Amino acid sequence: MMSFYFGRLVEIFPFFLSGLWMTVKVGFLSLIICTVLGFILGMIRTSHSVIPRRIVGAYVAFARGTPFVVQIFIVFFIFPEWGLQLDPFPAALVAMAIMGSAFICEIVASGIASISKGQWEASASSGLTKIQQLRFVIVPQAMKVIIPPLVGQYVLLIKDTSVVSVIGVMDLTRVGWVTVMRIPEGLMVFALVGLLYFVVSYPLILLSNYLEKKMAM
Amino acid sequence: MLANFNFRVIFEYLPLFLTGLKYTFIIALISLFLALIVGIIACACRISRFKFLSYPVIAYIEIIRSTPLLVQIYFLYFGLPTLGIAVPEIQTGIIALMFNSGAYIAEIIRAGINSVDEGQLEAGLSSGLNYYQRMRFIILPQALGVTIPPLLGQAIVLVKDTALLSLISVMELTRSGQTMTSERFMPSEAFLTVAFFYMVIYFCLKYFADWSQKKLIFREAY
Repeated sequence: MMSFYFGRLVEIFPFFLSGLWMTVKVGFLSLIICTVLGFILGMIRTSHSVIPRRIVGAYVAFARGTPFVVQIFIVFFIFPEWGLQLDPFPAALVAMAIMGSAFICEIVASGIASISKGQWEASASSGLTKIQQLRFVIVPQAMKVIIPPLVGQYVLLIKDTSVVSVIGVMDLTRVGWVTVMRIPEGLMVFALVGLLYFVVSYPLILLSNYLEKKMAM
Repeated sequence: MLANFNFRVIFEYLPLFLTGLKYTFIIALISLFLALIVGIIACACRISRFKFLSYPVIAYIEIIRSTPLLVQIYFLYFGLPTLGIAVPEIQTGIIALMFNSGAYIAEIIRAGINSVDEGQLEAGLSSGLNYYQRMRFIILPQALGVTIPPLLGQAIVLVKDTALLSLISVMELTRSGQTMTSERFMPSEAFLTVAFFYMVIYFCLKYFADWSQKKLIFREAY
């Protein structure tokens, strides 16, 4: 029986690859969106104007304090009530953007906070504007602190894309879930799904380990 | 936006939410406790000199770290019955959370042990302490302070991870929100209440984590 199911699994392997493609697509797009938003929010979070800082702080607390499943449900089920009807794929991206940008915001903010005050003062006295100070002096130095945890966060984000399967995005996890209804070999199906996730995220884990060692020197 | 937000229904469903909250709490607590045990054992094997102990544990940690928790949950949920083991959903979930968090906790403890200065180890060696004594009296007391804040961070992650158990129909907080949505079709009320309860747990744990960070991490200073 086992070998029969194994044969079936090999037969529908392209289905798994299409799921992998979807996972990579959601992952890659959301990484870009999260990074851009995270950097912007991180800069606001460390700025001196109190009200924007507080707003970003509240947003980060919400995104970090609630589970990602709940956030997906909020985007997918509550946003329509507020007049924003989204298909599963864009909804997944929006949810990923909300969650990921908050985590990256904290990483960026702690990176910027690690730069000594003298750098700010020196760049201010050179006549740079606030934006220029961040762009040319502070952030380039902070990158050394930011990059290792950022890559670590990327791994977590890629793994979190598995949760978007609950709103019907045909990603790898969803493919496994659909398959296990037809081929009742849970261990085999989800071992395969896990293996495909491993292929995507393990190189990133190795990269993060490498960067951590390199930046620590 | 929330013009017809209905508090009455929330109060009506409050017992359901509180049951969900109770289960989330119990599941998180049990799996944190079990994960600590798994993590301590895994870390002891990981740093052991014997390769037959450390290699399987390295593989275990890397596999857990590079696959999503949801896939691990489904692996057990759909996989255990095919092995002829019938486990209720809630136990399946606890087992999954235990092994998942156990791997991360093993890494946290290892980082704590590694953070102890090498000079301490050498001092212990030259005082004639054996391996067990060095661990017991020199390394672990110093590692403990560094370990507790990230452990509390892991506890926060664990509480949020219990939400995934709603997908294998464990009746916890998120599931109670889903139940209310399917009965009344009021997703705003349901999921914002659920989010509120998670935030309460998050802020309590976060406060505790920040406090321990301040209290414990600089204990070596005196």
